Amino acid sequence: MNGNLLEIQDLRVLYEVRGAKAPAVDGVDLSLGAGDAVGLAGESGCGKSTLALACLGLLPRNATVEGSMKFEGAEVVGAKPGRLRALRWAGISMVFQGAMNAFNPVKRVGDQVVEAILLHEDVSKKEASGRMRELFEHSGIAPRRAEDYPYEFSGGMRQRVMIAMALACNPPLVIADEPTTALDVMIQAQILNLLAQLREERNIALLIITHDLSVLAQVADRVAVMYAGRIVEEGSAAELLTTPRHPYSRSLVGAFPVIGDPASRGVPTGLPGDPPDPAARPPGCAFHPRCPSAFEPCDRIDPSLKRYGPRLAACHLVDREAEV
Amino acid sequence: MLVLNFFLFRILPGDPERTLTRLQRSSPSTIDAVRKELGLDRPLPVQFIDYLGDTARGELGISYVFTRPVSEVIGNALWPTILLVGVATVGATIIGTLIGIWGAWRRGSAADTTSLGFGLVTYAMPEFWLGMLLILLFAVTLGWFPTSFMSTPGLTDATAGAQLVDTLEHLFLPALTLVLALLGEYALIMRSSVIEAMNEDYVTTARAKGMREALVLRKHVVPNALLPVVTLAALNLGFIVSGAITVETVFSWPGLGQLTFRAINGGPDYPLLQGLFLLFSVAVIFANLAADLLLGLLDPRIGRA
Amino acid sequence: MNAGAARSGRAVRRARRVKALRSSAGLFSRNKMGMAGLAILVVFILMAVFADVLAPEARLSVTNAPGAPLEPPSARFWLGTDELGRSVLDLVIQGSQISLLVGFLATAISMLIGALVGVTAGYFGGWVDVILMRFTDWFLVIPFLPLAIVLAAILGQSLLVIALVIGIVTWPGTARVVRAQVLTLKERPYVERARALGAGKRQIIGRHILPNVFPLIFANTILVVAVAILTEATLSFLGLGDPFSVSWGSILESAFAEGAISLGAWWYLIPPGLCIVLVVLGFTMCGYAFDEILDPRLRKR
Repeated sequence: MNGNLLEIQDLRVLYEVRGAKAPAVDGVDLSLGAGDAVGLAGESGCGKSTLALACLGLLPRNATVEGSMKFEGAEVVGAKPGRLRALRWAGISMVFQGAMNAFNPVKRVGDQVVEAILLHEDVSKKEASGRMRELFEHSGIAPRRAEDYPYEFSGGMRQRVMIAMALACNPPLVIADEPTTALDVMIQAQILNLLAQLREERNIALLIITHDLSVLAQVADRVAVMYAGRIVEEGSAAELLTTPRHPYSRSLVGAFPVIGDPASRGVPTGLPGDPPDPAARPPGCAFHPRCPSAFEPCDRIDPSLKRYGPRLAACHLVDREAEV
Repeated sequence: MLVLNFFLFRILPGDPERTLTRLQRSSPSTIDAVRKELGLDRPLPVQFIDYLGDTARGELGISYVFTRPVSEVIGNALWPTILLVGVATVGATIIGTLIGIWGAWRRGSAADTTSLGFGLVTYAMPEFWLGMLLILLFAVTLGWFPTSFMSTPGLTDATAGAQLVDTLEHLFLPALTLVLALLGEYALIMRSSVIEAMNEDYVTTARAKGMREALVLRKHVVPNALLPVVTLAALNLGFIVSGAITVETVFSWPGLGQLTFRAINGGPDYPLLQGLFLLFSVAVIFANLAADLLLGLLDPRIGRA
Repeated sequence: MNAGAARSGRAVRRARRVKALRSSAGLFSRNKMGMAGLAILVVFILMAVFADVLAPEARLSVTNAPGAPLEPPSARFWLGTDELGRSVLDLVIQGSQISLLVGFLATAISMLIGALVGVTAGYFGGWVDVILMRFTDWFLVIPFLPLAIVLAAILGQSLLVIALVIGIVTWPGTARVVRAQVLTLKERPYVERARALGAGKRQIIGRHILPNVFPLIFANTILVVAVAILTEATLSFLGLGDPFSVSWGSILESAFAEGAISLGAWWYLIPPGLCIVLVVLGFTMCGYAFDEILDPRLRKR
């Protein structure tokens, strides 16, 4: 677990909404080493996608980024546009949520992948085209489909193309934002296998962002759970997913029955309420209004992330349990 | 459509006869003779079939005002209009689109607001008024350009080069008027189209790939933004035609618009108007078809299985 | 008990509508463009209403004109005189009446037909829709000015004809917009609910669809008035208007016919056109302001 590829320290992303600044990401520490596969879990609106966009400097104009994010040792926050552009795709690439709209509908798919290559490498168009076809084939797409337009692909195939495109410049880190949402289960498995396979072959680090924990169970080594812009629990995938300690992680895990485990086949317990509005964070622990185990200090004191052996958690309950 | 054209003119009870009498206060027998010649005494359905046949053969009747075949009159006026409208449309489309893109790119800036305001104002202006003002300013006061017509009389013997320059001089002000009148709408539509395209996901993808903003604009945003503009531009053709009519009138430009004006005021000259209306409608229909085809070519999503 | 419930139901609806109107008015007053447009319009409407007071008809008599022909502006005639010696300022003020009147009348005709066709086509669907839409599309394709010219040439020269012609030429646009809106509204849950409860067609249209289409029609109306005024000016300029009434377009026609351009009589040419521009701008600005209010997406973030 060497953090020498991506090191995020106390990252904050604030959106300016109606004159006030609301934090979508509120102090996140995260690190990835070469070849690591880390999952970032949480409901929609907890800031995970914002975090991903921040890594590439792709946030809209009304967003302010504070803190530090280092890729291969160099600071990304506040980097000059030229450096950012060089970093994008060649250093970190992204597999976007809903490949439906991530492609330009009036351009051929192959051209869009070749475009990525030509932006970063000084090769001839023919060479880039050849590489593109190799990538396609490797990702399970017939190379002749490079001539086709995005609308001619099914959802799963589009995602494959998206993945192939993400690998076009051989980046050491690929961020996958909800790579399997809106795909049916069979296709999901295929895509995840593809990701795992490619990762092994090229020793790529993966940051997988999703609300679907079953995905992380398959591909991630480590999992971090996000809530209201902060990481509330972090640990190895195997351990966290079987024994989650933070009440939020518990409800997330509880929401997904595990195939093969009859005990989890009970009715999943949903969580009442909605994630908090970034502009109106509850006092104390952000989760306490929805927490089934909230007790005395939860509504006053904001718990900080503490280490409990191999696990990190920000919760008074976990704290109390650890003292026992 | 031919049906309506025909009935539109024939529905008026006895109007052709009224006009005839106005033009020539002749004896009833003469009127009868003319009626017979024009075929007005035959039953309506027969007249219609005659009309269809005549139109197909290009015989559109005799103009009252010019006392010459309508097709000949229209034919003579065709080229000047094509020249004027062609130049103006190309100019307005290009300039308007560029302004629209620029305004959208620098959204919210002073340049954007100014170009928006400019577009609004030119849209509100009657183009013939603009034409008159331009003549007043540039031709009468400053004397830079001729005030009207397509050529200076007496130059038919001059060299082709001199004639060309002369035509261009005459063309400038009317073309400028039309361009200014038309570009507002193009700019406005292109601007909102570009703004919408910039919010699409594939633009984020392009940026994520490390593309510079200008390149993203050129390669991803603009091609997609142009699509709705083509459709809307096609629907705008009615405006172009109406603009041509009034501007030609103001500048005495010897084209179809000027012809329409004279047809109205010198008669009304029904056969000529009928012919002109037919021509205008056909032109617009063709242009709409062309725009549809163009859109089908540009957008790969259309027309494929 | 039923009557009581119904009454309170209606009262509740009315209260809701009043509240909605008030909040829209509030939003509108905060919209700078809309308020500017409204200010312009108020000036011109007042001008039109009080035209007979500000510029009495007597001064516009053709035979007994107060001034010399084509005088440039002076202390006595702020905007100079026309070729007959009448004050251009008087002409312009009087012209506002006709220009605005015809504009409004034409719009009323256009909106009525357009809304009727749109609602009918949208609500009833099926072959009614197809036929009506074919008819509408056909009208949309034909270039509007030639059609207007032809109709005006046939039907004669009067204000009513002009208004009618403009109405005929502009209703298709409204019809399309209205129909699109009705189509989306038709699928909304509350309409289905009303139908399930056994509400008759007239009730559904009257109570659910119309009130929701109305704001759209209203915003559209404003823009149509702008077009109508422009078209009236164009038609009058071309000589198709009522030769005995004064509108801004007819003033420009006279100016052109009398060669005001070559004579450099700018005071004759500029004011009428300027009025047209301002009024059309006024309506357009208001129209855009309404568009922004109705469609939250367009509001500036």
